[in-house]
Amino acid sequence: MRRQKGPSLHMTWSCFLKINAPHSHSASGPSNGWVSVSHSCPPTRGTFSFKAAVTATDTTTKVKMESRSVIYANHLNLKATELRLGLPGTTEEPKKEKTVHAIRNNKRQVRQTSEESISISKASHVHTPPAKAKIVGWPPIRSYRKNSLQESEGDGIYVKVSMDGAPYLRKIDLKLYMGYPQLLKALETMFKLTIGEYSEREGYKGSEYAPTYEDKDGDWMLVGDVPWDMFKTSCKRLRIMKASEARGLGCGV
Amino acid sequence: MAYTFSFPEEVLEHVFSFIESEKDRSAISLVCKSWYEIERWCRRRVFVGNCYAVSPVMVIKRFPELRSIALKGKPHFADFNLVPEGWGGYVCPWIAAMACALPCLEEIRLKRMVITDESLELVAKSFKNFKVLVLTSCEGFTTDGLAAIAANCRNLKELDLQESEVEDLSGHWLSHFPDSYTSLVSLNISCLGNEVSLSALERLLGRCPNLQTLRLNRAVPLDRLPNLLSRCPQLVELGTGVYSTELRPEVFSNLEAAFSGCKQLKSLSGFWDVLPSYLPAVYPICSRLTSLNLSYATIQTYDLIKLISQCRNLLRLWVLDYIEDAGLYALAASCKDLRELRVFPSDPFGLDPNVALTEQGLVSVSEGCPKLQSVLYFCRQMSNAALYTIARNRPNLTRFRLCIIEPRTPDYITREPLDSGFGAIVEHCKDLQRLSLSGLLTDRVFEYIGTYGKKLEMLSVAFAGESDLGLHHVLSGCDNLRKLEIRDCPFGDKALLANAAKLETMRSLWMSSCSVSYGACKLLGQKMPRLNVEVIDERGPPDSRPISCPVEKLYIYRSIAGPRLDMPGFVWTMEDDSSLRLESSR
Repeated sequence: MRRQKGPSLHMTWSCFLKINAPHSHSASGPSNGWVSVSHSCPPTRGTFSFKAAVTATDTTTKVKMESRSVIYANHLNLKATELRLGLPGTTEEPKKEKTVHAIRNNKRQVRQTSEESISISKASHVHTPPAKAKIVGWPPIRSYRKNSLQESEGDGIYVKVSMDGAPYLRKIDLKLYMGYPQLLKALETMFKLTIGEYSEREGYKGSEYAPTYEDKDGDWMLVGDVPWDMFKTSCKRLRIMKASEARGLGCGV
Repeated sequence: MAYTFSFPEEVLEHVFSFIESEKDRSAISLVCKSWYEIERWCRRRVFVGNCYAVSPVMVIKRFPELRSIALKGKPHFADFNLVPEGWGGYVCPWIAAMACALPCLEEIRLKRMVITDESLELVAKSFKNFKVLVLTSCEGFTTDGLAAIAANCRNLKELDLQESEVEDLSGHWLSHFPDSYTSLVSLNISCLGNEVSLSALERLLGRCPNLQTLRLNRAVPLDRLPNLLSRCPQLVELGTGVYSTELRPEVFSNLEAAFSGCKQLKSLSGFWDVLPSYLPAVYPICSRLTSLNLSYATIQTYDLIKLISQCRNLLRLWVLDYIEDAGLYALAASCKDLRELRVFPSDPFGLDPNVALTEQGLVSVSEGCPKLQSVLYFCRQMSNAALYTIARNRPNLTRFRLCIIEPRTPDYITREPLDSGFGAIVEHCKDLQRLSLSGLLTDRVFEYIGTYGKKLEMLSVAFAGESDLGLHHVLSGCDNLRKLEIRDCPFGDKALLANAAKLETMRSLWMSSCSVSYGACKLLGQKMPRLNVEVIDERGPPDSRPISCPVEKLYIYRSIAGPRLDMPGFVWTMEDDSSLRLESSR
């Protein structure tokens, strides 16, 4: 079961990034608030966006923490002071702020996708949280239980999908598809493009994009070159390339 | 005034036979020598909480007519990989001794022990009336050993491999039950990895009319379940296999009918890889359920609520934290008879919470379930206020195990340690037997525990305390303490040495990543001959380091068998004075 982190990520982080002394709940002070951090995708690719609201209420510039309900200082243009690292020209998707007390995740979507084509409605991206340095034997869970959890996660064949020019990585579960046609349809829906028909001789002729994948040996292949089952087990990650770049790929071409 | 009663021995024996509890039996044996003698000849059942506390020969000599033995091996923290592989807990010497001397033995129950195929074969061949084999969290054997049991134990009633690590060579072992074998009452193979022969299983179930418990393994497909259930409609406890398959209406209706056909079914478990669409098949029997183990079921709050709110007679629920606060609120509203709740983490190693489960869920249950006695709860935040509330709501708690996932997490509201919250628990829950602590804790929590935890028998501590005073409070205050396990706490020599005598009144003490020096261990070993002081250190012999150097791990247990002889290279038993003299005279 993979977690998908969407706009609500900042809520989840808020539990952990509580900074400064307790007691003061005032909105104006810097104590007892939340730093909102949004990860749009793993730092290795794409956009990383860190948003800190800055207030000028004190003479020294302090970082003002957003509390659970969004507080926008009305004398400040937050967007102007927003710190962002990202590809030029790309805009971050507007986050849906929730004042909900509970911390929600988007795990439901993974379950639904087993019956319909993949549609990540809320989250436009997938976040894999950084691995925590593990303490031996903590939390105190027995091995067979840990293994079970891992097994159910490992039941799916999750691969990252990137597309040239798109700011975010996606992740899909290859186990959900019966064959290439469904996979390609899903990719088309996900990235809003057309991939076209596969032909052994000419690859994905006539379309702007071609789906490629890196196999276990590290070679980049054209999706569709090998039988589906072999593909499922050997595919490490997917990359939707511009067709022009993909020309050299594919076996037999 | 002295009375001399001269009941014939047979009469006393007959009277004693009605006394089943081990504690009472022990009390009887202490009355006088003749009662000791009579009692030992009619003792049928013995429980050895630490297999190294006594030798097999001693047990057999004292109780020559044993029919049932239960043994525990490794310390509890072995469950969490804190005890290195190969530490011990071998049952082989016990089986070998009993095979010779106790041919009428019927029951063997082992927990956290190492048992080999050879031992299983010996069991199968030596005990003609063998009935019960329960291996909880054991390891060291393969399905070949199981085949030997199946083939030879004509009167076997119970085969329970609960959570053991079995090398699964093939599912064929099940076929070794002969066609004439019909006495199965309980079968738990949920830990096995491979598929068992389903046709053999079906035939087995069909010919065992007394079968009450069946816990299948994950490999049993859902669409075969109805067939299996139809062979044993008298089932009381069922563990399903994988709970998903292609969505087909006839599979669903077969499943629903099969469940409904089991009129005695009270307990459900299994539920790996649940496809929510198949859950409603269980709805018709929900009102009968008293025990539900959904701790492998990755289903969401909504589906969980729909299921649980129909289980009005639930006594026990094990579930993943997908249940969230909302689900626990629903549980509290629907299941007024609930005695035990365990909430396991779905993502124990993730940095962020992935579910909306907080302390509130537990508070709701403590409010809504007046009979709640036993709690195991994994969460990411806790407050003293919540703990006060829980304590006041539920003074009848007997087991309270709280695991706040991040070590040393303070009260999330006040940022203070959780000392007073846990203090409230021990103060109000006067019958508390078992307690596991977590979160940010100072020595004060141990002061509370020492003061109020008078019935406490088992305490688990991790990443807590500030000084030896903490340990001292516990050792000096908890009159009924039997098992104490500690990891990563700044407890050192002083408290341990000051309370050395206490250690003989306990079953065992485990300390790892603490500050107990090798010197203190040696001293303890020397002065306390009836304690085995084991230093477990994978860095090499403790002699190669300064005597003040803290040991990695320490396991102290009382024993009348002396130091054990099967220690691996990384375990040293601190010798007592008498053996030191022998050493120096060599």
